[in-house]
This record gives sequence, structure tokens and C-alpha cells, in this order.
Amino acid sequence: MTNIERHNYDVVVIGAGGAGLRAAIEARLAGKKTAIISKSLFGKAHTVMAEGGAAAAMGNVNSRDNWMVHFRDTMRGGKFLNNFRMAELHAKEAPDRIWELETYGALFDRTKDGKISQRNFGGHEYPRLAHVGDRTGLELIRTLQQKIVSLQQEDFAATGNYESRIRVFAETTITELFVENDRITGCFGYYRESGEFVLFEAPAVVLATGGIGRSFKVTSNSWEYTGDGHALALRAGAALINMEFVQFHPTGMVWPPSVKGILVTESVRGDGGVLRNSEGKRFMFDYVPDVFRKQYAETEEEADRWYTDPDNNRRPPELLPRDEVARAINAEVKAGRGSPAGGVFLDVSTRMPAEVIIKRLPSMHHQFKELADVDITKQPMEVGPTCHYVMGGVEVDPDTEAAAVSGLFAVGEVSGGMHGSNRLGGNSLSDLLVFGKRAGEYAARYADEAARPVKVSPAAVNAAVETALAPLGRGEGGESPYALQSELQQTMNDLVGIIRRRSELEESLARLADLKERIKKVGVGGGRRYNPGWHLALDLRNMVIVSECTAKAALEREESRGGHTREDFPKMDPSWRRVNLVCSLRGEDVQLERKPLPKMRPELMELFDRAELSKYLTDEELAEFDALAGKAGA
Amino acid sequence: MMGEVRNFRVWRGDADGGQLEDFQVEVNDGEVVLDIIHRLQATQAPDLAVRWNCKAGKCGSCSMEINGKPRLGCMTRMSTFEATETVTVTPLRTFPVIRDLVTDVSFNYQKARELPAFAPPAGVAPGEYRMQQVDVERSQEFRKCIECFLCQNVCHVVRDHEENKKAFSGPRFFIRAAELDMHPLDARTDRKDLAVEEQGIGYCNITKCCTEVCPEHIKITDNAIIPMKERAVDRRYDPIAWLGSKIFHRDQLDRPAGHTTTGVATAERPASSRQPDAGSPSTPAEHAASHQAQGEISMNWHREAPAGQAAPVGSDGRLPVTEFTGQMAGAQSPFGDDVPLPLPVDDINYQHPSRTDEG
Ligand SMILES: Cc1cc2nc3c(=O)[nH]c(=O)nc-3n(C[C@H](O)[C@H](O)[C@H](O)COP(=O)(O)OP(=O)(O)OC[C@H]3O[C@@H](n4cnc5c(N)ncnc54)[C@H](O)[C@@H]3O)c2cc1C
Ligand code: SF4
Ligand code: SF4
Ligand code: FES
Repeated sequence: MTNIERHNYDVVVIGAGGAGLRAAIEARLAGKKTAIISKSLFGKAHTVMAEGGAAAAMGNVNSRDNWMVHFRDTMRGGKFLNNFRMAELHAKEAPDRIWELETYGALFDRTKDGKISQRNFGGHEYPRLAHVGDRTGLELIRTLQQKIVSLQQEDFAATGNYESRIRVFAETTITELFVENDRITGCFGYYRESGEFVLFEAPAVVLATGGIGRSFKVTSNSWEYTGDGHALALRAGAALINMEFVQFHPTGMVWPPSVKGILVTESVRGDGGVLRNSEGKRFMFDYVPDVFRKQYAETEEEADRWYTDPDNNRRPPELLPRDEVARAINAEVKAGRGSPAGGVFLDVSTRMPAEVIIKRLPSMHHQFKELADVDITKQPMEVGPTCHYVMGGVEVDPDTEAAAVSGLFAVGEVSGGMHGSNRLGGNSLSDLLVFGKRAGEYAARYADEAARPVKVSPAAVNAAVETALAPLGRGEGGESPYALQSELQQTMNDLVGIIRRRSELEESLARLADLKERIKKVGVGGGRRYNPGWHLALDLRNMVIVSECTAKAALEREESRGGHTREDFPKMDPSWRRVNLVCSLRGEDVQLERKPLPKMRPELMELFDRAELSKYLTDEELAEFDALAGKAGA
Repeated sequence: MMGEVRNFRVWRGDADGGQLEDFQVEVNDGEVVLDIIHRLQATQAPDLAVRWNCKAGKCGSCSMEINGKPRLGCMTRMSTFEATETVTVTPLRTFPVIRDLVTDVSFNYQKARELPAFAPPAGVAPGEYRMQQVDVERSQEFRKCIECFLCQNVCHVVRDHEENKKAFSGPRFFIRAAELDMHPLDARTDRKDLAVEEQGIGYCNITKCCTEVCPEHIKITDNAIIPMKERAVDRRYDPIAWLGSKIFHRDQLDRPAGHTTTGVATAERPASSRQPDAGSPSTPAEHAASHQAQGEISMNWHREAPAGQAAPVGSDGRLPVTEFTGQMAGAQSPFGDDVPLPLPVDDINYQHPSRTDEG
């Protein structure tokens, strides 16, 4: 214990994606000594991969857009299961957060009058996504990274040390949070490079660790997405909500096999790309659900007119929310109308001239050319659903992002509630900024008030060391981490995938229980220096516990909504809308609890018309709404 | 689509040395080199170290040298090799090896810090920024950079001359400087001067190797380095302007200078990097000669020692009187409480003058 490197900080941010960096900037601006910890190098977090854009109702392209419309779209997309307060804050604050990025040096694409250009995206009523070609995530993370460097330069000028107030610990993985007397006291992890351990003592810890997609076989997510933050929060005594809702992006690459799952951005459809089955039919027209009937075109002609005249035409059904499109593709493939590699065709080549494609979708053009040897200006792409995003995450206070344990905050993909049962494209990048700022601000405030000094007990550190070293101790005689991971991924993909059934979910729980036992026996050879086998071995326990949350919640929720589709309960059930499934840890097992959803404030409720609400609400809730409307009318 | 078996040679080892190891491994249709490395991990070498994230050429993590060429592992398709060809995979040569294919690229993060950040225009409120697409496009080309550092790796100025690293930022940071120089609203006007004085752009002799390897196809030399050099050269021919810029800029600027992060001594920049030069690079030999201390050459400068911490004084500006109220037992360490002693020898930026066997 004595030879472990120790650091004292006011605020420790775990995660260097958009959410973590924005939180760290805010904490540092509030004068707090801040650490940023990341599993990969600085500037390489998952956010770098986001393509389409960041949603913010700036109204630059269509001046009718405003926060209320954005709020409505978000709630609709999440099938009204969203935490309304988060959706409200998000819609109101997103424009300011985007504009702020320009003062950090971001260069978004422009409109003719020199403002930030905005593009169409699935589920958004107006063009709303600020973007840079199809590399918006890169722009966002690089801008925040460079802002942090600029703060370090200020600190250097003031103190002669770049890292006196904000320091990045790259390639460092956190394996444990410490809680004493119901308060966070710090965290513990290892440097990937050297395998040495490191201890952080801090009153406030912000989790910004991203998602869980690595637990599925076909995924757009990288090795980082092992649900570490979700699992850390659970073990620290916080709760997770909405874990049954996993977003399958409708368009991942399906060929070649080695890149199966890699994302094809939704902008391809937003900019005019269409989906066809093997018979050449634009099948999405057959899959517009009733709740969306009014907003979507019924004929190809109307849909095509919409790109140039959105005010007088309804949008093409290719732009339905992701869950709808993913299910439709799944159904077409099942019905035998799929492409050779088991997807459907996504075509831009017949829709716009080659130069326009290369200008608007440069990285897609590049990606298909390099990886699949397909020229998207000449041929259609083959695409199919891929695991993309988890709506579920740490239950937080909507205004402060504080979790149930004092001193713990969660933001970004690791937090839950904002997106309800389904996230709209582009709402994640803006979510990171809006709530990142808030988390940083409130974590700093909490650190001000927290009792000092914070101390982690030696016993807790010793236990953390022991757990971390265990797989190396067992050596190659233990279970192989790679084999365990691939079994886990297969299980989740086959049994807890896009379409779910009771019997399969039950089977998945049995298999996960078995895996959980075997993961305790995982062993790896080699030493501690940059040993990926060891790193994976330590991630596995997080993956399995988070998978258990997803499977248990999916079994419990007997309806279909957003990112959760039950074949045996195909309908959305208004009474389930009022329920959040909350996961917490009892001993080693996940325990589920039902909790009522917070009730939307009347003035927000009134932003919707009755006909729409009647599709989501119970009769009882509708009666309340009518009473309200009556009062307002009287 | 059954796989066939191919020959792979992968460099394995760490800072202390290593060797190429031969593997026979299955390769399937459509796979890239990174897939094969992953297969090796899963089947034959579970502790084979490699960086990767996105598998789609977006994050710039998986840089390596494949048959001697700097490439992204995830974007190098196996079908570009002959079936009988042995594929040799080695770590980036310009950066110190950590383990197997993973190198210490902290050099680049260091250089990033030394380049003054975007300076927002005074008096323009957030939301009021107006720029035309044609004007942002020039900088946007450079902002495509995924920081794979392949250009840094291939540039001979540092690839073959470790000692130049100190004075030379490398192509990645020339495009960053160009990006800011061309940013329609950046408030600084001295980016080109800084490129010469601080970044050592004068060392570049436009071999274009960097442009050739850039996976984002950024025209590093034509669109960034040459324009940055041109203006700088013009100005330098005018002795008055040159002198003026020296006198005024030096003390006006709050630019972060120097290369140390420890807040201890900042070695003076070598004089040669400040000399005007009309495109002809100062040779590495000249440059090395201008270094004042012989020890500096073998200084392990890219590895940073942890920064010293200020003592944790209370609100009254004093140290805690007793250990009970302090954060640690005993007196404060003069090196900062978070620095374990003794310092590992590798982390010390000091070379004893009498030891000449290294370097
Ligand atoms: C291919 C793709 C395209 C996308 N496109 C869009 C889009 O167009 N618009 C949009 O809004 N959203 C998009 N998304 C979603 C969005 O990118 C992510 O949801 C978002 O970036 C998550 O950001 P984050 O800050 O929460 O986490 P991340 O950016 O994923 O960062 C997580 C960080 O936590 C660190 N970390 C994790 N575990 C640990 C640990 N144990 N110890 C230390 N550090 C740890 C990681 O190293 C990383 O730095 C896309 C996602 C993908 C995969
Ligand atoms: S053009 Fe200049 S920067 Fe690029 S590789 Fe050659 S010498 Fe280096
Ligand atoms: S300029 Fe090109 S080669 Fe250099 S780091 Fe950026 S992307 Fe890589
Ligand atoms: S893994 Fe991201 S660039 Fe290769």
C-alpha cells in the first residue's frame, strides 16, 4: 500500500470523451484541482467516432425551430419515458453549449449567412444538427482537448507548471471507487503502460465512461465500452435505470465480416440516401407506425420533395427514429428480402451526383472504399442493425447529475434518463455538453462543501490491489478472457438482441450466472506492462454485471417500447410508461425495483396535443390532462 | 470464404529490447492487419500489446509500421498483400517502445502544449461568430487530423535524429499552426513567426514524406508547411520588420515557452532554430553543435518527471501545525507529496556528465 502512487484532487473525472472533458473544463474554471482519467490516449475516446452532428435548436436553417420543438422531438423519440426535466434542460441549453465551442476554436460547417449550418436527422422535426462533414465527433473532442490544453497554458503562465490545476492521466483504467460513510473518497486503477497502480483521493468523482456496447457481438462500439462506469456506480451503491433500452443503430456495415457492425452514419439518409430490399423496393413506407403517421410521407414523390421543400411536404420514412428503422430492416431480412451478406441496401449513388456525395459524406466514401472496396458513388452499401448506444445508465438528479452516493456524479452515455427508451441521433453529443457542464459545476460546488481531508482506508486499497492482481496470479491455467468475452457477446447478441422473448431472456440469465462464476476464475499469462489479456480480464466482471442488468430488466418489462422489443408483448403499454426499472446490487446479484417516473410539469405537458398524448398516456393521466386543459381554457 | 494460413512477423519486446517473432495465422476474406493482430491475441499471444479503438480509421490509435511503411492497422487490407508474402509488423520507429506495437507518443502531446491555443476575437459574443464556408474550409482540412502521428513518425528530421526532437514540433503541429493562422477569427497575428521560432519549421526541407503517409490525405506540405514558410521567409528578408517583431513580441507574449513541465530549469532554445533561413534546413550536425551541454543530447526529455506540488497551505496561508490536521504524516516533502522517492532512474531528466556510455 505504501508504494502506491497517490494523488489528491478536488474533482476526479473518469472518462475523457465529450462528457468528461466538458465536466473537467467546468470544474477547472470553477478553480478546482481536476484530474481527467482515460483508458485510451487523450483525444481518442469514443466521442471521436460520432459522425452526424450535435442537436441544438439554434434555428439557423429553419427559424421555426426552438427549444420547445426540440423538447417535443426528444420526448417522442424516447416514447415519453424520458426524464422530462433532463429533456427540458437539454433542449434549452444545447445552443449555448454549441456556441461556446466556437469560442474554443471549433469550426462547424456554415450556412450562407455565415452561421452554423444544421442538418436533418432521424426524429428531428427541423434541420438541427450542427456538424462538420461527417466527422462532428472528432471536431467536438479535438476542440475540448485543445481547450484543456489552453487552460494548461494559462496555468503554466501562472505557476510554471502545465499540470498544476488540470492533469490528464491517459491510458489509465479505474477499477474501483471508494465509499466511506456513504461518501465518495476516491478511486483506484492502474496505468496500462506500466501496470503500476495509482490511487486518487478526492471528494467528488464524475463518471463519464460511456457505454456498454462491447457486450454485444455486432457493435459499433470499441473495446473501451465495457460498462465500467455502470458497474463502478453499482458497486458503489448507486442505481441504474432504463438498462433494458439498448439502441441498435439500423445501419452498420455487414460486409466484410471483420468490420461487421461499424457504423454507417444516419446522415446518409438525412442527406437523401434510401433503403431498398433485394426486390429494389423502398420498404420503409410499409413500416410507419401509427404514432408517427402524421409526420411522415406516404409516397416516394412526397418524400423526395421534402428534401428541397420541407415546409410543404412530410419527411421520408427512412428518417423514422432508429428503433423503427432497425426493426424494419430486421423484418425485411427475416422475410427473405435481404442483401447477400444479410442486410439491406442503402443507396446514395442514384440519388445525387458523385461530387456531392464526396463533399457531404467524405468519411463514408473513404470508409467503404478502404474497408469494403465499394464506391458509394456508384454502388449501394449493404447495411444491417448494430448495437450502438445504451439509453440506460446511472440514475442522477436532472439538474446536478448527482447520483445516489454523495460525491458521485454521472454524465454522458453512462447516465440514464435523458433519452428515455430511445435516443435521437445527435442528441448524445449535445447531451455530453449540456450535462457535462452541469456535472462539472456541481461537482466543484460539492467539493467546496465536502469535509476534508478525504482519506481512503489502507484496507480498501489493499483489497483493490488484490482483486486487480488475481487474474495474473492464476496465470494461464485460468479461464481465457478472450473466450469468456466472446461467449458473453454471443449470449447477449443471440438472446438479448433486437427482438426479445421470455424463454430466451431466461436462458440468457442462466448463461450469465454461469459466466459470472467462470469469470471469477479468469487467468492470464504475461506481466503487468501493457498486457491486453489482463486488461480484458479485469473488464469482464463489469461486462457481466451490466449485461445482467440489461437481461433482467428486459425480462421484467412486458411491453415493446423504443430500444426494447418483446416478441411476446409487441405493443406499447401506457401503464408501463409510468414505470422505471431500477437496478441495484445486492451482494453479487442485481436486484430490480419498480419506481414511478417523475411527473411532467403541466406547462410542458401542454406543448403536446391531446391526440398525440392519447397514444402514450393511460386514461387516468389523460383525464388529468383534460382537467388541466379545461382550466387553462376557462 | 474459408480462411487461408499466412505468415506474419511481429516485433515483440519492450524498452529493453526485443525481436521479430514468426506466426502462422488464419486470414479471412475482407480482413485488415488489425484483425490479424487481434486473432493472434485471441489464439496465440494473449499479451500482445497493440493500441486500437474505432477500427474505422477515425481515432488514429492503431499506427504501426507494416512491411516498413507507416500505416493504420485497421485500414490496411490483407488483400493488398500477396498470399505468399510475409507481413512484417513493427512499432513506430521514431518513438520509444513501451511494449510490442505500443510506443510512447507523449512527445506529440508535449509539442501540442507548446503551441499557443486559439485566441478568441475580442468583443465577439458566443453565438455571434460569422464565417463563410469557403473561409473555414482551409482550416477544416487540417482539423480532419486524427492524430495518428504517422507523419511525425516518418519525418526524417526526428526519425533519424533524436536530438532534433527538442527544437522541432513536426508536421502534425505545422498543420495545427497553419489551421490557426488561417482561422478566420483567430486573434493572433504571429503564428508564422512562432512556427519558425518555436516550432522549428525551418528544419523541414519539404520532402513530402508526411503528406504521403497521412491517412486523412491532408496536403500537409503544399497547403500548410509551404504557405507557413513563405510568409515567414518574406518577413525575414526585411531586417527592420524582423528586428521589430523580435523586440515587441518577446516580452509582450504570454506564450508558453520551453519544454519542461517540471517548473525547474528551462533549457534555452537552441539559437539555430531562431535564425532566419530561406528554406534550407540547418543540418542536424550544426544543430547538435549548437547545443550547449553535451549531456542534453542523451537527456531522456520526452519522459516527464512528475511535477512538484505546492504545499497544501490552509486558508491562513500556513501549513497545518500538527500531523493530525495535515493530509499526511510527517513534514511536507520538498518534491511534493505525490512524488514517491527515490525517483525511478528512468524518470529523471538528468544525465551525469561523467557517464558517456549512453545516448
Ligand atoms: C460510430 C458512432 C457514431 C456516433 N454518432 C453520433 C452522432 O452523430 N451524434 C451523436 O449525438 N452521438 C453519436 N454517437 C454516440 C456518441 O458518440 C456517444 O454516445 C458519446 O460520444 C459518448 O460520450 P461520453 O463522453 O459519454 O463517453 P466516451 O466518449 O465514450 O468516453 C468514455 C471515456 O471514458 C473512459 N473510460 C471508460 N472506462 C474507464 C475506466 N474504467 N477508467 C478510466 N477511464 C475509463 C474512456 O477511456 C473514454 O475516455 C455515435 C457513437 C458511435 C459509436
Ligand atoms: S515535408 Fe518537412 S515535415 Fe514533412 S516529412 Fe519532410 S521534412 Fe518532415
Ligand atoms: S496530419 Fe495526417 S498523418 Fe499527421 S497525425 Fe494528422 S492524420 Fe496523422
Ligand atoms: S483503430 Fe481507430 S484508426 Fe485504427
